[in-house]
Amino acid sequence: MRKVVVTGIGPATPVGIGREAFWSSLVSGRSGIGAITRFDPEGFPVRIAGEVRDLDPAEFMEPKEVRRTDRFVHLALAAAHLAHRDSGSPALVPERTAVLMGTGIGGITTLEEAVRVLVERGPDRVSPFMVPAMMPNAAAGHVAMALGLTGPNMGVVTACAASAHAIGEAFRTIREDRADVAFAGGADASITPVSIAAFSRMGALTKNPDAESASRPFDRGRDGFVLSEGACVLVLEEEERARARGATVYAEIAGYGATADAFHVTQPEPEGLGAIAAMQAALAEAGEPAEAVGYINAHGTSTPLNDAAEAKAIRKVFGEHHAAVSSTKSMTGHLLGAAGALEAAATVLALHDGTLPPTINLEDPDPECELDHVANTSRKEQVDLALSNSFGFGGQNAVLAMKRS
Amino acid sequence: MDRAEIEQKVRKVLAEQFAFEEAQVTVESRFSEDLDADSLDMVEATMALEEALGIRIADEEVQEVKTVGQAVDLAASKLGVPA
Repeated sequence: MRKVVVTGIGPATPVGIGREAFWSSLVSGRSGIGAITRFDPEGFPVRIAGEVRDLDPAEFMEPKEVRRTDRFVHLALAAAHLAHRDSGSPALVPERTAVLMGTGIGGITTLEEAVRVLVERGPDRVSPFMVPAMMPNAAAGHVAMALGLTGPNMGVVTACAASAHAIGEAFRTIREDRADVAFAGGADASITPVSIAAFSRMGALTKNPDAESASRPFDRGRDGFVLSEGACVLVLEEEERARARGATVYAEIAGYGATADAFHVTQPEPEGLGAIAAMQAALAEAGEPAEAVGYINAHGTSTPLNDAAEAKAIRKVFGEHHAAVSSTKSMTGHLLGAAGALEAAATVLALHDGTLPPTINLEDPDPECELDHVANTSRKEQVDLALSNSFGFGGQNAVLAMKRS
Repeated sequence: MDRAEIEQKVRKVLAEQFAFEEAQVTVESRFSEDLDADSLDMVEATMALEEALGIRIADEEVQEVKTVGQAVDLAASKLGVPA
């Protein structure tokens, strides 16, 4: 059976751009949340978010391309180029290189602008670039165009689990010999007036105005997630190819579990049954028992329902065995369709570096969320097997199992 | 507005649209070959010219326009400025 390893990590996130800045923020427990600057949030019930700062898309794209694409594609291309560089910029065989990019929402900035123009100025003023800029598969298409990659290519759309599914499906694509290399990840850029208003109306966002302490997964004081933007792409590579070219191998992707709750469009199934089945499937594919898992990067959104159901699911799968658990969303906020790839990157780096990133703001752990928390400061611990959990609105669950290599 | 002013405005708008320096956009420039404009670029550039010059250009009229000079001619005729 072909093995699949991670050889490149490209984060463009609120906690850092590029692998080193990203990882240094996570292990030092630094929050990337701040006041919204993407638009004027005066009059909005929520005025904090996790924004990607100091990223000039022109560094990664032609100026004309910048103008005709949405911000989620800018972030996706930045992440893909960063991942490619981090993997040593290897020569790629175009038809043997896949691209799978997730997004939760796609080009909502573009859509909002088009609706405004339509209403204020009429149908013949709507941009001809509206459709290609907003469509959720635009990121995967542009990554292929930028790097000249002609292998399997698609957008993956499972809300907050999208980029975990993208990595899982890319892992299978390589394992099943349909490609040797894959760029897999996701991007979202939905810090927009409509998006902030709509997520607020759902009651999904925290009302806590204090940016750095607002995201507090598993804490008794949690009351919703912090919306963030960003992208993350991993370079996955067939192991023998990676070793032969002397690549840095961060970790192995060993298993992938994908399930549905079939319960409710936004609420998690309260017993965590879909999450349990996904964790078990990922472990089964990795050929490892639950006792071998040393670390779990939780979905941990900081909503009351998610964290309680996820904690229950983890206790059910692991029983008396205590794997260390943390939610890096405490620092990054919720990047929606980019969250799964960001958290897979954090998990891979935890295995590679022997350091488990913390859940910050965990001051008063909720007894309903009892777990072996890596609370507030990172923990030096070399683990050999780790899981990354991702659960999407729609009831779609993806769990990745990763091994130290 | 005289013809020279129209030409200057058209070149300025098109340079912005296609991400070129204004000096690189001349009346001889061909949209497809020299300015790398595809059909969607042409739709957007037409909208930008309409706004900048306060004119309306039909889709069929755009299909005949292959060079910046032809775009200047079209704009000038819309504005009633002799060639």
